[in-house]
Amino acid sequence: MRERMAPSGENAKVRLAVDIGGTFTDVVLERGDRRYTTKLLTTPEAPERGVLDGMARILDAAGLAPAQVALVVHGTTLATNAIIERKGARTAFITTDGFRDVLALRNESRYDQYNLDIELPEPLVARHLRFTVAERLDRAGRVLRPLDEAAVLALVPALTRENIESIAIGFLHGFVNPAHERRAAALIAAALPEIPLSLASEVSPEMREWERFSTTVANAYVQPAIARYLRRLQAGMQEAGFAAPIHLMQSGGRLTTIETACRFPIRLVESGPAGGAIFAAAIAREAGLDRVLSFDMGGTTAKVCLVDHHRAHEARGFEVARIGRFRKGSGLPLRIPVIEMVEIGAGGGSEARVDTLGRLVVGPESAGADPGPACYGRGGTRPTVTDANLELGRYDPALFAGGRLPLDMDAARGALMRAVGDELGLSSAMAAVGVIEIVDEAMANAARVHAIEAGTALEGRTLIAFGGGGPVHATRLAEKLGIDQVLVPSGAGVGSAIGFLRAAIGYEAVRSLYQRLATLDIAAVNALFAEMAREAREVVTPASLGAAIRETRMASMRYVGQGHEISVALPVRDLAPEDRAAIKRDYEAAYARFYNRPVPGSEIEILSYFLVRETLTPEPPPPPPAPAMREVASTETRRVRDGATAREADWAVFARQALSPGDRVIGPAIIAEAETSTLLGAGWRGDITAQGWIMLTRASQGGEGR
Amino acid sequence: MSAGKGLAAIRHQVMWNRLIAVVEEQAQVMIRTAFSTTVREAGDLSAGVFDLEGRMLAQAVTGTPGHVNAMSESVGHFLKKFPAHTMREGDHFITNDPWLGTGHLHDLTVVTPVFHRRRMVGLLANTAHVIDIGGLGMGPEGRSVFEEGLYIPILRCFEAGRPNATFFEFLRAGSRLPVELEGDVYSLCACNDTAARRLGEMLDEFGIESLAPLANFIFENSLRATEAAIAEIPAGIYRASIRSDGYDEPVTLAAAMAVGERDITVDFAGTSPVAGRGINVPAAYCRAYASFGIKVVVAPEVPNNWASLQPFGMKIPEGCILDARHPAPVSVRHVIGQLLPDLMMGCLHQAVPERVAAEGSSCLWNPPLRGGAGVSSRREGNRLPPDFEIITFNSGGTGARHRRDGLDATAFPSGVRTMPVEASENVAPIVIWRKELRPDSGGAGRTRGGLGQIMEIAAEDDREFACNAIFDRIQHPPRGREGGHEGASGYVGLTSGAPLRAKGFQIIPEGDRLLLKLPGGGGMGPPDERDPEAVARDVRDGVVGAEAAYQVYRVAIGADGAVDDIATRALRANNQKE
Repeated sequence: MRERMAPSGENAKVRLAVDIGGTFTDVVLERGDRRYTTKLLTTPEAPERGVLDGMARILDAAGLAPAQVALVVHGTTLATNAIIERKGARTAFITTDGFRDVLALRNESRYDQYNLDIELPEPLVARHLRFTVAERLDRAGRVLRPLDEAAVLALVPALTRENIESIAIGFLHGFVNPAHERRAAALIAAALPEIPLSLASEVSPEMREWERFSTTVANAYVQPAIARYLRRLQAGMQEAGFAAPIHLMQSGGRLTTIETACRFPIRLVESGPAGGAIFAAAIAREAGLDRVLSFDMGGTTAKVCLVDHHRAHEARGFEVARIGRFRKGSGLPLRIPVIEMVEIGAGGGSEARVDTLGRLVVGPESAGADPGPACYGRGGTRPTVTDANLELGRYDPALFAGGRLPLDMDAARGALMRAVGDELGLSSAMAAVGVIEIVDEAMANAARVHAIEAGTALEGRTLIAFGGGGPVHATRLAEKLGIDQVLVPSGAGVGSAIGFLRAAIGYEAVRSLYQRLATLDIAAVNALFAEMAREAREVVTPASLGAAIRETRMASMRYVGQGHEISVALPVRDLAPEDRAAIKRDYEAAYARFYNRPVPGSEIEILSYFLVRETLTPEPPPPPPAPAMREVASTETRRVRDGATAREADWAVFARQALSPGDRVIGPAIIAEAETSTLLGAGWRGDITAQGWIMLTRASQGGEGR
Repeated sequence: MSAGKGLAAIRHQVMWNRLIAVVEEQAQVMIRTAFSTTVREAGDLSAGVFDLEGRMLAQAVTGTPGHVNAMSESVGHFLKKFPAHTMREGDHFITNDPWLGTGHLHDLTVVTPVFHRRRMVGLLANTAHVIDIGGLGMGPEGRSVFEEGLYIPILRCFEAGRPNATFFEFLRAGSRLPVELEGDVYSLCACNDTAARRLGEMLDEFGIESLAPLANFIFENSLRATEAAIAEIPAGIYRASIRSDGYDEPVTLAAAMAVGERDITVDFAGTSPVAGRGINVPAAYCRAYASFGIKVVVAPEVPNNWASLQPFGMKIPEGCILDARHPAPVSVRHVIGQLLPDLMMGCLHQAVPERVAAEGSSCLWNPPLRGGAGVSSRREGNRLPPDFEIITFNSGGTGARHRRDGLDATAFPSGVRTMPVEASENVAPIVIWRKELRPDSGGAGRTRGGLGQIMEIAAEDDREFACNAIFDRIQHPPRGREGGHEGASGYVGLTSGAPLRAKGFQIIPEGDRLLLKLPGGGGMGPPDERDPEAVARDVRDGVVGAEAAYQVYRVAIGADGAVDDIATRALRANNQKE
């Protein structure tokens, strides 16, 4: 919900956002046009303490009382961390006879073909806590074998004996017909009323048993801790005098209520990165940019996300807790609505080394915040991306992090020489050029793959860069991607939390119903959508506080015989038989956009339907008129080595807070601020916009060939 | 080193990374557009980029070794028939010739020239396993390749962007699944088109006209790295052999591996002769899996390309089962071929024991299932039962590693995935009643072999159906190393009790089910050296019986499930004396 149109000053609504990350808890308070931010260390043993402290601190700074806050939005890595650290509830899984090991069998593949020594992720529920009962449905949901109710009840003593804290139930084809799951749940609930239950047919009602069961078990695994935490937070806030409702950020980029979050806590994973994408989408909207690539580079990872028409692309699933160094296939699959993004192990702390082939490799190992890069002088000995940036002259060693962390150039050079220069016969400067080129190329490749998977092009997009590393690497990344425009907004250090304040309240309902388009049972689909709309309305209407609501409907479709679906928008009304032709046309257009040509003579099938209801965020005010531009000069220069040409030259240095709207900076130059630096290579110019953002533009002749 | 030269090296490396990204994208597009479940769900495919001489520069990480290394030989055959100067923009070439492609008619290979500013700069190739190519269908029963399906010589399937209508008409006519097959060919061409576009963008971006300097950089570095890796292996001649159940009699595969200073040569003398049925292996497929087996131990980090495969030489005696010539039947060459990495590791174990795993289940247990008119003429009232043709990919356990247990029910050496049961049941009228781990199947050892799995499959409504069995490791289970025990043998039969043959077309009668027990991996090291806590965990999880824990692992477990330390020490001390 966004209230940009609200009056500024005393009468504007006060909104608070809190983002709990692994290291820091970020708090942002907005009141009209004014924004306050603070960062404090996360308190993992009782995260609500950090949240309450941070909120108290920021209210103090703003001179406000808790009762004056109109809305609190919250995102947390708690769910993600519980899975990564295996600190969730003692969970049992009840499934169909003959399928005890779906979680352990996975897809029976190795995520790395050439490593004989790989480890596979352990299921969240060990085999002795995976129970089976006789029952079986066929692919259409018809009963092949009735549920053995006595067998369900017979599990109760074992569940008690094993001190089970949470139970997941998932049956084969249960997404088509949930009757057996519901009956088994009712029997267990009657015997063990205290233990929370997660049903696959509710948590993730889609085909593919491994993904569905994995998601359901993960939901059960994090449920008790999240529910306890949210109740403690709620109590603490009441005690502190807050009256506003708390909304939770979900992985899909929409907000939900505490009640829904307690039922489907798995949807809270990756809320921080989702907030970053929403932040970029909001900036895109305010700036009137239709095609954007969001680029968020932090200390350990970089996240890249496509934003079209002010909306981040969405996906239906991802992997959590990858054990194989960011490798696809080495994590636990989750089938939930998520913001589609690629996250790769490339951040300021990513370490560089030379492999057995003599190839320079950067990441995904990271020096993290402790000991951190070699130049932090805290015991780190391996060279990192930050060390390479320092060697190239991109940071002022005395002014890094607002001067709180003086950097040690000699330590950076020494580390670069030891791990890279000596191995490859390069100077430390050339080693640094190599490290930066390799990491920039890795991010560019990730962005390219991401664009392909979305069936879209990168050319002509604007890169929105934030996070500590985003503005430093943005222009070079843009060059590699054929992008000519980069926007560096303000508030980039707490982008995720600001994004929370820009998110809509929403709910996505999903159902699988497998049918051919040509013989689509229109009545069945309409009945399905009616049920989904009811489900979404129940969550969204009470939380929307009267805001206007939008509904969208989608179907995932493919040619009969293919394995991957394409989402096609459907009209938001009951379908009629005549709609089939239009749906077919839309599908074939979407297919050709991805893969050049439609396939002749193939029938089309529909697998699943999605329905989203969400609040409409108010239109932002029209952007302030663009100021007249005037070129500004700086008296300060620094020796900087260009990453693309490897040549050293004097670059002008500007302090960001000293620049004002209408100032134009011509590259090569650096615009420095406390949290980051914006780099402008030769051929780039930077204009300070009316909002105080930096809009970087590349002259058309620039690029790789420079 | 001067800044200029340093920069050039960095640029070459960046371009190498880009090439690998380009071919990975090629593979991903294939997975997303393919029709055959074997490609889109199982990932039985490969993709790569080649220079004008037909030498592979880079290969997608996604894919399966039997394809990859065989495909790398294949492009040369295309160029022999259609020299580069005869190729035009928009052409796509195709074959499924087992001797010019990847070893059986079910694998289609598509090769596409890449043009940049009207000059040909390289080629793209890919391979995919399609579900049906006519003939007898996937299985061992053929007595010559002519019975095994439609044979596609190297020809143009697209000419200057236009489909070759005659070819597509023959193709559709020759298959039980014409729509899927045609769709798959479109998919293979589409993924090469995508990669060609990316390659052009790369040439533009880096301002280069030719891939040749980059090829030299890749080949020099890869060869040097592979040779350096070989130099770390103690030189010598290492011999091993392994046995397959064969079709009607066991097959011996024998190898003498000569590790030299800079190369490794394997001589397969002593290997059984060509068989009468389709388990025979064309030489390219033998070289593919044998070099994979060596490379994964010796130089796993070197990316696959022409040069990184050069130091591995193979001498395959004429007439042996690993050099089957046309027109020998070769449909299920993988049951023999996938044993080759175990054979290579049997040799390498003598040189670098700690890098090598015990033998595993290795051969995929993929039951090709067929129902309907192709199996029985039984009518249901006036209606014939539905026709279907499906293959699901399933794996037993892999061999124990030195530091870790083998992987449960995981494909090795093949790089494929299984399909969800729910997806299989939506593709064909079958019911998979059971698919779960097989207790007590992992070979005992200090580290344990991976577990196999048990499957029970019926046709919908308990109809009659058929399985064209291609299973192995039933008479010859995976062996352990260094005192580790064998993994459990495979088993194939009817749920009602009767066993079935390991190979060949067999009927599962109405009301009965196909029962598969997949082999477990071999163990590594003596079982009584296994960490007692690991044994207790296995017992708790029901994957090792209490009996085996006591008798084989010599671990005493109390009523509470915890290890009885004192009793265990006593048991193990006794064991040492015996």
